[in-house]
Amino acid sequence: MDLQTLTYIVVGFTFALYIGIAFWARAGSTGEFYAAGRGVHPVANGMATAADWMSAASFISMAGLIAFNGYGASVFLMGWTGGYVLLALLLAPYLRKFGKFTVPEFIGDRYYSRTARIVAVICLILASVTYVIGQMKGIGVAFSRFLETDYDTGLFIGMGIVFIYAVMGGMKGITYTQIAQYCVLIFAYTVPAVFVSLNITGNPIPQLGIGSTMADGSGTFMLDKLDQVVTELGFKEYTTQVMGSKLNMFVYTLSLMIGTAGLPHVIIRFFTVPKVKDARSSAGWALVFIAILYTTAPAVGSMARLNLMNTIQVGEVGTVEGNIEIANVPQWMLNWEKTGLLQWEDKNGDGRIQYYNDKNAEFAAKAEAWGWKGNEMTKVDRDIMVLANPEIAKLPNWVIALVVAGGLAAALSTAAGLLLAIASSISHDLLKGVFMPDISEKNELMAGRIAMAGAIGLAGYFGLHPPDFAAGTVAIAFGLAASSIFPVLMMGIFYKKMNRAGAIWGMISGIGVTMLYVFQHKGIMFVPGTSFLGDMGPNWFLGISPNAFGAVGALVNFAVAAMVSKVTAPPPEHIQHLVEDIRVPKGAGAASDH
Amino acid sequence: MNKTAEQYWKANIRLVSILLVIWFACSFLFGIILVEPLNTIKIGGVGLGFWFAQNGSIYTFLVLIYVYTKRMNALDVEFDVHED
Repeated sequence: MDLQTLTYIVVGFTFALYIGIAFWARAGSTGEFYAAGRGVHPVANGMATAADWMSAASFISMAGLIAFNGYGASVFLMGWTGGYVLLALLLAPYLRKFGKFTVPEFIGDRYYSRTARIVAVICLILASVTYVIGQMKGIGVAFSRFLETDYDTGLFIGMGIVFIYAVMGGMKGITYTQIAQYCVLIFAYTVPAVFVSLNITGNPIPQLGIGSTMADGSGTFMLDKLDQVVTELGFKEYTTQVMGSKLNMFVYTLSLMIGTAGLPHVIIRFFTVPKVKDARSSAGWALVFIAILYTTAPAVGSMARLNLMNTIQVGEVGTVEGNIEIANVPQWMLNWEKTGLLQWEDKNGDGRIQYYNDKNAEFAAKAEAWGWKGNEMTKVDRDIMVLANPEIAKLPNWVIALVVAGGLAAALSTAAGLLLAIASSISHDLLKGVFMPDISEKNELMAGRIAMAGAIGLAGYFGLHPPDFAAGTVAIAFGLAASSIFPVLMMGIFYKKMNRAGAIWGMISGIGVTMLYVFQHKGIMFVPGTSFLGDMGPNWFLGISPNAFGAVGALVNFAVAAMVSKVTAPPPEHIQHLVEDIRVPKGAGAASDH
Repeated sequence: MNKTAEQYWKANIRLVSILLVIWFACSFLFGIILVEPLNTIKIGGVGLGFWFAQNGSIYTFLVLIYVYTKRMNALDVEFDVHED
């Protein structure tokens, strides 16, 4: 059976499964729409959280970034897992004890202020919409490859499917569907990793394969071999290349960690467990399921890079036969060429492809002596690496089909969870909580669904010109969440004296600083050409990239909130009692709505 | 806040502080700040700093949450603030 048919069958089967589950568990009430009725076991909840969490950025994009950034991409690995420690230790149990449905609801009650709640909603929507833009990039890549069309068409079709899928389900449907999606995506991620690791190192466990020797009998370690292959072509050494600077990596990691603990669609998960105890263990279970993918990713990234280099540089560097002939490029390169995400150009007209780092001045002399006229792989989109990986490694067709299905599962599950968070903040927090307290349950659900549709349209529009690769775009979303939501949640629990004015000004200044920094380098709302400072190293404050700036925003948030709260009236007595109450698990009843 | 609740909260803060120190050490300290010196130590074909940055920190995070859950559940019972 040919690859295309097989892909249709596998993807079609998994979609039928998700839609079937969504239909079977569809939401009947607002409670079920937002929080699955709180009857979800910690292990099931952990698995659903993992699927919710691991988006196109984790599945499709991250290993690609690892492949090209080597050690520097560790920021994603540490940043997107370490946040769970903060979540489990600092937020989850207390928010569960508090017992409401949404994050702005907590902020509104804790800071006795409708203004605080509205500011929180706005921050949350900004972060979530940016996050969905990142997903749209991933969905566009996956669909364009799957349907063999260009990226834009893939994106539009993907938007349609997300719309049908998310609008129908609600949280209850989403929770059960996400469990199925987790199984699909983790299987799809690990199976090719095992094959590739076995091929290259002879060790079937990717986590060990990365530290093993090559299977070619040379006795060289895989990573040493990779370092050698890339440096021979003028690229930076894989295991030591940093992302920007070490300071940038530090701040980037911190930003992703804090952002993890401030993202509404993840926090909302911990409202859905029966007990405070379960909120603690749910975070642990979620991390177990996430860690399976995250500890595999370094092997996937490094081995994909090695395979890619060896595909193009088939023989010794510098010899004529060392480079692949254009007439002989493998089928996967032709497949990806159709999407426009992989491009090459025979600059020196020798009928072969030279793939090297033409920005490396020291290497330029050698390249010129060999008659090379610049890097001929003119576009290698990082986001295609995971999807192309099984094809590059010549794995069987069913594995390739499975990976496409896994990528779609990852992107869809997260998009659905995020859209739900956006919908609930608009319908529940803004309409019902602030502007239209008398709205009927039916109309509230309707408003939520309209909000979802609007968010999909908006994110799709920006997805046509994403500000970065999927993982980079998602990192910006984390920065926004880190700089606004996390500090006020944490201070709300750990600092009894934090008051209304402090929280409001903290959120505004934190997200304000972060957005200003991101927009000045990436364009206002990421529209190309509207940035007033180019997005490049020398323009960055202390060399900190816009993607990493959320940690600085969070510091500003903490500092401003602390100062403002010192000079304004302390919170009223009953609020201080409320804080004391959420600090102990005892008496956590079933959550109530209002 | 009554006496036991206050002690419970203090015990909680102590536990969380210790765990967060380890959290910082395994990621920021070993994975970024001290990565070069640690990379001179090899396990298999991987430098220790590189390993902490890409794998080791994640395993440590798992242990941290596990310990936290165990210890907190025990504290809940000890101070009689558990649910039910």
